Amino acid sequence: MTETIINVILFTMLVTTAFAIVRMTRLFAVVMLSGVFSLLTAMLFVTLDAVDVAFTEAAVGAGISTVLMLGTIALTSRSTKPSTRSNALPLLLVTLTGAVLVYGTLDMPTFGDPNAPAQTHLAPHYLNESITEIDVPNVVTSILASYRGFDTLGETAVVFAAGIGVLLILSGLRRRREEEEEDES
Amino acid sequence: MTLEFFLGHVNYWLFIVLMMTGFYIVVSRGNYVKKIVGLNIFQVAVFMLYISIGKVTGGTAPIFPTNSQGKIKIDPEIVYSNPLPHVLILTAIVVGIATTSLGLALIIRIREEYDTIEEDDILEIEAAMAQAENDEHGSAMGGRA
Amino acid sequence: MEHHLILRVVTKLLVGTIILFAFYVQFHGDFSPGGGFQAGVIMAVAFILYGLVFGLDAVQQVFPPWIVHKLVALGVLVYAGTGIWNMVLGYEFLHYGSLNPHHMSHGQHTGIIWVEAGVGITVTGVMIAIFYAFAGRAPRLGDDDW
Repeated sequence: MTETIINVILFTMLVTTAFAIVRMTRLFAVVMLSGVFSLLTAMLFVTLDAVDVAFTEAAVGAGISTVLMLGTIALTSRSTKPSTRSNALPLLLVTLTGAVLVYGTLDMPTFGDPNAPAQTHLAPHYLNESITEIDVPNVVTSILASYRGFDTLGETAVVFAAGIGVLLILSGLRRRREEEEEDES
Repeated sequence: MTLEFFLGHVNYWLFIVLMMTGFYIVVSRGNYVKKIVGLNIFQVAVFMLYISIGKVTGGTAPIFPTNSQGKIKIDPEIVYSNPLPHVLILTAIVVGIATTSLGLALIIRIREEYDTIEEDDILEIEAAMAQAENDEHGSAMGGRA
Repeated sequence: MEHHLILRVVTKLLVGTIILFAFYVQFHGDFSPGGGFQAGVIMAVAFILYGLVFGLDAVQQVFPPWIVHKLVALGVLVYAGTGIWNMVLGYEFLHYGSLNPHHMSHGQHTGIIWVEAGVGITVTGVMIAIFYAFAGRAPRLGDDDW
């Protein structure tokens, strides 16, 4: 019961933060609120037993992404222009999509159901056999690095590719521009 | 609709509210930084949906207790939540920040090209450029195009 | 940031602790929450904090960009190299048991440590490289515009 109350309180704060982000026009406030949003998310992940995920979200969402977004604002502009378009069409679209998604959840198993399909196929193998097969107390680590090693290799490659992409977009040009300025001077 | 059904599904609906808030920001706001923040909210809502699918009532974090020598103690009494969604989402978060930073880098480049990060202004500039190009070709063809 | 005395002193105290914590998260990830992804991010945060407070030049003297760019690729190579090494030993790609065939779970431990190290190196490198790329451009807003 306590867990449900904590969940509801965290959710209320999350939704409030999200609505505040919709309304803000100062980008600094938007970015700060998105950091707050990430920290609240991390807390919610702890109540949902996903401590590893909460750890990552706290470090990534509240730390690095806030720094990068502040860096972007410093390089671009501080505030948004008030939107001139009507909000009716987006609201309609969002309500429709939301209604369809809610309809989709009606078939889903009850929250926390131990007999849900997601709980009965792979998870028991991981939880029962990883003690003898891998012998690592943190099951998340043993799945991440060993059972799904290919998956993680792919994810690492994606991070690598994204890093290279940022370097190509930002640094490559600066070098060219510096050379041009040297030519001009 | 019984109360039991409502309590068992209200979590999913709250995720959908968050997800749609992010979606609304993406479609209704013209500022690119704000669009990225909206995408992040959308993404986090999907993460929450995944993690909540893995939650087992009365369960705990999937880390086995160890004794003082670091050997795993097997206790069949303890219920663990499903670790598989945790793994998927953990990697997805880090990939998410990497792709977000790629988007932010593109925004910086857009700012340098167009001197604005508002979608409306950029569409105007593009339209003006297309118009100018059209006029140029048109006059070359004798004003008939 | 010349005038922020408290920030400068606190940063000097924190940077070492953050790096130590990153190593703890990296190598204690088998027993508690943590692992390569989180450790990489935390390690990068230590350098980003230093760079934010003391300036980009100071942090690039400690950690030059060319080393960072090498690290980005090195991590993926360590990860894939572990898999290739398993193949050399006559097992499947990423079958860590091959590292200690008499005691498969010990081989798994060794393999997981190498793989997590690869992940940590790449994530550290990518995050710091992205920060360098963003911070290397002249900001349009001054200190007081916020």
